[in-house]
This record gives sequence, structure tokens and C-alpha cells, in this order.
Amino acid sequence: MSTTLTFAKALNTALADEMEADPTVVVFGEDVGTLGGVFRITDGLTKRFGEERCFDTPLAESGIMGMAVGMAMNGLRPVVEMQFDAFAYPAFEQVVSHVAKMPNRTRGKVKLPLVIRIPYAGGIGGVEHHCDSSESYYAHTPGLTVVSPATVPDAYTMLREAIRHPDPVVFLEPKKLYWSKEDLELEALRSSANSFGRAVVAREGTDATLITYGPSVSTALNAAAAAAEEGRSLEVIDVRSIVPFDDATVMASVRKTGRAVVIAEAPGFASVASEIVARVQERCFHSLAAPVLRVTGFDIPYPAPKLEHFHLPSVDRILDAVDELQWEDA
Amino acid sequence: MTISTGSPWRGSMQEPAGRADLDAQRAAESYMLPSVEPVQLIDPDGRHVHNDKYPLPDGDSLLGAYRELVVGRRVNDQANALVRQGRMAVYPSSHGQEACQVAAALCIEAADWLFPTYRDTVAVLARGVDPIQALTLLRGDWHSGYDPYEHNVSIQATPLATQLLHAVGVAHAAKLKGENTVVVAMCGDGATSEGDFHEALNFAAVFHVPVVFFVQNNQYAISVPLSHQSVAPSLAHKAIGYGMPGERVDGNDLAALLAVLGKAVDRARDGGGPALVEAHTYRMQSHTNADDATRYRSDDEVAQWVPKDPVMRMRTYLTELKLLDESTEKDIAAEAERVAAALREGLNAESEVDPEDLFRHVYSEKTSQLREQAAKLREELSREQL
Repeated sequence: MSTTLTFAKALNTALADEMEADPTVVVFGEDVGTLGGVFRITDGLTKRFGEERCFDTPLAESGIMGMAVGMAMNGLRPVVEMQFDAFAYPAFEQVVSHVAKMPNRTRGKVKLPLVIRIPYAGGIGGVEHHCDSSESYYAHTPGLTVVSPATVPDAYTMLREAIRHPDPVVFLEPKKLYWSKEDLELEALRSSANSFGRAVVAREGTDATLITYGPSVSTALNAAAAAAEEGRSLEVIDVRSIVPFDDATVMASVRKTGRAVVIAEAPGFASVASEIVARVQERCFHSLAAPVLRVTGFDIPYPAPKLEHFHLPSVDRILDAVDELQWEDA
Repeated sequence: MTISTGSPWRGSMQEPAGRADLDAQRAAESYMLPSVEPVQLIDPDGRHVHNDKYPLPDGDSLLGAYRELVVGRRVNDQANALVRQGRMAVYPSSHGQEACQVAAALCIEAADWLFPTYRDTVAVLARGVDPIQALTLLRGDWHSGYDPYEHNVSIQATPLATQLLHAVGVAHAAKLKGENTVVVAMCGDGATSEGDFHEALNFAAVFHVPVVFFVQNNQYAISVPLSHQSVAPSLAHKAIGYGMPGERVDGNDLAALLAVLGKAVDRARDGGGPALVEAHTYRMQSHTNADDATRYRSDDEVAQWVPKDPVMRMRTYLTELKLLDESTEKDIAAEAERVAAALREGLNAESEVDPEDLFRHVYSEKTSQLREQAAKLREELSREQL
């Protein structure tokens, strides 16, 4: 039976289903209890599971993260919410020095099965500190698994998979997608969990590959639709799992099309997009008809709401990049 | 596993107090303040000092603790020697602080947890961790050498104060699971300036979890004296700011440490919540072998702490009470020598490192990227062997 869910409700359902299935799952953070989270992702969980399982903490992100480490050490599966991307930075030392390294430090004796949920990226007219694309910081830290869903079904299945994962997962939720809706077969999704380390072909095409993830997947799909009207067939890859990265799916697509553009909201310098470009040229050099290009945010602090549309990758900017892929040589 | 029901919070902290309640409120608050002087039960001359609040532990407990104290001193001396001989990269010695080390390990039960720092090797060993495994970190084979679950001793923390939050998490999980676990979380005076110290105490108090925060105030954070860390009346006074009791204790008095920590642990186990204990002690040697303490403190200052030595006063006290005789003293010295010999033997043996370990534990399952990198390293190494 098909149900219509928002991205936010899919996440909420995933949390509830996983809490129901596993009594060691606990959810905590700022305003996640009575309020249900500022984006309502934890709505109703305290009421349903009690305030031992879903609770508010003091307002201190390092405290939240450090306590989660200890709880995971002692048999629980904490799912913590960082209220906004930039509000996660006080927890950075705990994430980098302990969450990421504890299993390696202890030769796998201490596992940290915990999930760090972070609403991230822009496109909602948010003020400063509410719109950062912080994925590169986490992706650059060995030991972290970093994923970002771009569809409502993936929001559901990937969060459940993250909670069941044996290692710590940074779960990046594109906040502009929270209100997007899709029809989905929830029952069928309950048994599917196979996203980590696996990119998906979000749209098939033959002329060039758009490689992207999270909030930029929908923009890339819109660009592909517009390009199709002009007779150009673009394939769109939704990376989904930034770490581990699915080289096989991405490279297979680029070898097929011979051209690629990487799209992400984060500033391009030293970013996940840079890494993808480097990997593509290392592995697909002889298949490439043109340099791999990037459409990313500028190398600037996140702009104020009235200026953000100048900064974010847009359909036009993606199509311009596609036009630059040396078609005259084809 | 089931998670017990009931509120994770202690309850409302802001009940409005009427005028008639003010005296009661002041009394309720003053119990959180530390003693005016650090609690001392045996003075530097080895004499018992009476204390109404803290009875002296019994003779057998003190003798057992003294045994660990002597072994701990020997471990510190032996480890320093092994660094000089190039068998370990570095050793942050707790010479002078051994009473704190021993008390931290002895004040809890086997199922409880200890969260030590890099200077707390003696406490780690007193919990029963294998000495060679414990020193793996400082030998440079790996970042930690023992299984934390074997003796419920977390790995020795190198960043400051971060481990205090892990201790709170372990205690919080234990509470939610309905387990009667107490956690002793160790840090130094310098670490009390870190944000995670504040957050850990606040979280522990708000969630009312059984953690005893044990600050070894050895007067220095590498070169920076306590006066540059804090101008609070004492570090123990910080407790009231979080709504938990604080106590200060002579950190070179093993009997007082056992009494004060023991009381805090019992209180935590009985559902009384967290506490903060500050031990006044002194780091008799440099921060590590790589440090030069003469650059920031005088010989005179160090000399003042020599007569306060934790080992001497216990020996005097136990000997005068006839709890310790020459044969027991010899027996204890022989045990210390056995531990030192085992350290020498273990650390003089060449340890094997496996380059494949670099990739083995980053994730539960190697990513395709790590598989590629491991194969590349393997290939490099096989070429070197040709």
C-alpha cells in the first residue's frame, strides 16, 4: 500500500520503527523531547517511548556528543541531533578525536554504533550559522561514515540503516528537502537496506554525467530534464554515501558518457566535490572527452538569505558547465 | 535488555522557596561545599588526624592499599628508567601522586568503571590491567594496548577532559539499563579549564548519574601553575555551581583519599548522584621526560613537598601501629621488584608491528578505498623484500 510522506515524516518514522525494533536505541539532543525537534523529526517519540528513550539535554553539543560516546561504549545505540550544521561545531573535538577514532584506537574492542543527525545545507533562507554544508569536515575524518539522503524513501531506509550500522554515522539531512513529499511503499522499504557505499543512478543518460548528493540531487535532476528538452541526455548519479564512496558506480557512468560535472553546495576548494573530481580523473582519464568540471558554492562564508541564490548551484549554472564540456570535439 | 522506566532527571530544581524555607535551603546548599581544609586522616609525620565526617579505613584496607602504593612508586621509577633506555617513547610519571592513583582504583568494585588519563598508568595497573598492555601506548606500538571491557578501564585519555563526558555516558547508560554501576572519572587541575569539564559535570548533575569526578590537583598543567587556571576558592568549590557536592582532600594521604572517595562512591551507588573530589597533591617530576620543570618552578618549592610524600607517611603510620613489620615490608618490596622486572622483560622484548593493522580497525569492514590502499602498501612492502 502506498503512503505519501514528507522527508521529515520519513525520518521520524524511521526513528520510531528503529526504537520499536531495538530497545537500546536512545534519541537525545536539544529540543528533541517535548517539542519534537525544531524540524519535528523527533515528534511524538518521547510520548510514545518515554523520556528515558527520547530526551532533551542541556544546551551543549560537546556534552551531547561525549555522552553519546560513553553510552555507545556501554551497550546503547544513541541517535543524537545537532540542531543545525553550524551548531555542531562545539562537538567537533568529540567527533574527530573520539567518535571517529575510538574503534581504531582500541583495535576494534570498543565499537561506537551511534548516529549524528545533522540538518545541513541551505536553500531555506536561513540566517548565518543555519545553512552550512559541513560534509567535507566529516568526510575528511577517517573512521566516520558520512551519508546524505536525497529522496523520501532514502531518508527512511538510510536512517534505519545508519542506526543499525556498527560504526558511527554522520547522517546529513538536507533541510530544504524536509517538506518534500513522495509516495512510497513503506512495507517494502522496511526490508531494504543497502545504501552504504552505494551510489544510485537517479536518472539515466548517455551524453554526460552529473555527480551530486543531498540537496543538489533535485537541482541536478531539474537540469537534466531541461537539457533533455535541448536534446542532450544527462545521467544523474546520487552519491548518497560520501564515505564510503562508491567508485564503481560513478566510474561506470563516466566511462559510459565520457563527460562529467560534479555538483555540491559546499565551497569547492578542498571539498568533497574536489575529491570526486580527483577520483574520476585518476580512474577515467582515457574515457574523458573533456576536463571534469565542478559547480559548487563559492569559496565564501555562507551568504545572507537575500544573497544565497547567487551562491547555490542552480539549473542554469549546471547547464552552463555542461555546455563547456568540449562538445565541439565530439 | 530493557531500559528502566522513570524520569532521567532528578526533578524540578527550581521549586520556589518561601521565607520559612530559606534556612533549609541554605543547609541544602551548604552540604555541597567542601571542607574548609583538605581532609587529612594521616599527617605527613604518620599520625592519625581525627575527622568527624570521615572515619579512618580499617588496618587491613590500609595495608592492602600501602602494598599498591609501593608497587606504584616502583612502576613510576622503572618506567622512567625504561624511557631513558629508549624502550618507551615517553612516560608521564605520577611520582608523588601514587596515593591518588591507588585510591582511584581501590574505591570502586570490579563491575564499576574507571576513566583514567595519560598520567594515570599506576591507577590502571592497580585495577588489574596487564602492565605491558597498559604501556603499549607509551611504547608506541598502538594508541592503546588493553581491552577496556576486561577490567572496565577506559583507554587512557590524551585530550583533556573529553573522557569525563564518556564517563557520564557510561554511567547514564548503566542507569537506563538498571545497572548499579559507579564511574570514577579522573582529570587534572588544568583540565578543569576545559569546556568538556564543565559540560560533563553539568550533564552528570542534570541527569543525576553515578559519576565521581576526581581531580588530581598537582599544581601544574605542564608549566602553568594553578593560579593561572582558576581563581575559585578551590576546584572543589566548582561542584556547587552544578548542584553536586564537592570535597577537597590531602592527595598525599592515602587513608583520607580512600575515605573521601569511598564515601562519594557509596553515595553515587545509593542514587545520590555525582560528586566532585579535588585532591591536593604535587607532580614531583617534570610533565614528561621531554619537559624541563626547572624552567618554571624552583627547587625550593619542590623540596617543600618531599616531606609530604604519600609512601613515607603510610609506612610510618602502619609501622607504628604494628600493622607493618620488617618481613611484610620485605615481601612488599619483593613484589614491587617482581613487577619492575616484568616491566623490564616485557618492554625490552622487541615488539612486532603489523602494517596491515593500519587499515584493520578504521571501520568494522574495510571500505573499497582502504582495501585499495592496503593492497598498495602490501605491494610496496613486497617489492622492498625482493
